[in-house]
Amino acid sequence: MESRNRSLFLNTTLAIFIFGLLASTSFSLQAAAPVELKNDQIIVPEIKRRTIKQAKIDTEDYEISVFAGAFSIEDFGVNAVLGARIAYHISENFFAEFSLGATKASETSYEVLSGGLQLLTDDERDFTYYNISVGYNIFAGESFFGKNAYNSDLYLIAGIGNTNFADDNHFTWNIGVGYRFIPKDWFAIHIDVRDHVFNSDILGADKLTNNLELTVGFSFFF
Amino acid sequence: MLAQQAHAEDEFLEVIVIDPYLEMHTGPAIGYPVTQIVERNKKIKILKRKTDWFKIRTPKNKEGWVHISELSQTLTLDGKKTAFRNRTIEDFRNRKWEIGLLSGNFEGAASLTLFGNYYLTPTLSTEVSFTQAIGNFSSSLMANVRLTAHPFPEWRVSPFFALGTGIIDTSPSGTLVLTVDRTDPIANFSLGANIYLKKRFILRMEYNQYKVFTSRNANEEVAEWKAGIVAFF
Repeated sequence: MESRNRSLFLNTTLAIFIFGLLASTSFSLQAAAPVELKNDQIIVPEIKRRTIKQAKIDTEDYEISVFAGAFSIEDFGVNAVLGARIAYHISENFFAEFSLGATKASETSYEVLSGGLQLLTDDERDFTYYNISVGYNIFAGESFFGKNAYNSDLYLIAGIGNTNFADDNHFTWNIGVGYRFIPKDWFAIHIDVRDHVFNSDILGADKLTNNLELTVGFSFFF
Repeated sequence: MLAQQAHAEDEFLEVIVIDPYLEMHTGPAIGYPVTQIVERNKKIKILKRKTDWFKIRTPKNKEGWVHISELSQTLTLDGKKTAFRNRTIEDFRNRKWEIGLLSGNFEGAASLTLFGNYYLTPTLSTEVSFTQAIGNFSSSLMANVRLTAHPFPEWRVSPFFALGTGIIDTSPSGTLVLTVDRTDPIANFSLGANIYLKKRFILRMEYNQYKVFTSRNANEEVAEWKAGIVAFF
């Protein structure tokens, strides 16, 4: 019974559909007729209607970069830092950035003066961090290099993350300023200064440390 | 060679300017200077997009950046209105994927969470998340899967509740050697809300109650508050 009902339903829908189709074709024929009368051309040109999708437009909201520079770990000297970043540009002003970096601590002045004494093992001197930050392009404009004008941005950035140092995790705030020089739509050069702030008890008492980073990087938009 | 070029140009979307004129900036932001304009009824090619800015090419082969608000008044070659628009609350109601970052307090420790969420239906989603909690005496890494119910998906402030399970790995702080490293199964119950902000962004706030099934005599209960930004696709 149910299947018969269903086939009845299907038949009715089919009938309505065919009727609709016929009605629309006859309507379009009627509509087309007066145009043909007006037109002296024997051959009516066939105009290709291109269907256009917005998705075809190439978007370049992501930016991937590598950077290198100097990292000053409080009490543990200055060393080379290497890292990578990926940024997503939310609007012309705001972007979100995920950053990874690694450096190595050298000896504190106490260790150097004392002769052979070591506060940390070699493995414990590895310093790695990750953070997620939000940047704000404060001065978008042109920079002049010789007679040529290039696009550039000055941005402020701040975020949170984790620092692994002395075999320990430290919740870390970062704050900084950067300059993005954009010679091509798809390519930019960065200069960044960041301060990584976290609490550390490596030297006994708990204290807030400021760890400054100065880097230069290249980025690609995609 | 010319034919080839012409073919390559066909790849770009072409539109007709309806506004009296369009202002072309040298870069994709309001701060970049306006160096060219395009007049009404001119055909322009759209080369690429960065955030809300479109790089266009004029019939005279000049290139520049135009804001989306100026392009909403353009027509496609077959006379249809172009539909350049940003995401709205409608897209929020019909979202499929979410990724987000949350930060908060995990029983006194600072926590960071990265998650991905997929909507099976508008009212039910599955989520995978990774959390790092960084405390003074220990730090933990946690992976969770959960099933979330969204009873009012059409509301701008949409509450949800969730049930999940996962594992937690806790290791003592480097300067302490009193506790041992351990990995335990974990179950959680969450309550929270998604608040639609703008474009594709949501503010999420949630409270989690975890039960850690330790190998010791008593199970541990941990409370967590967190909030953060979510992007949907």
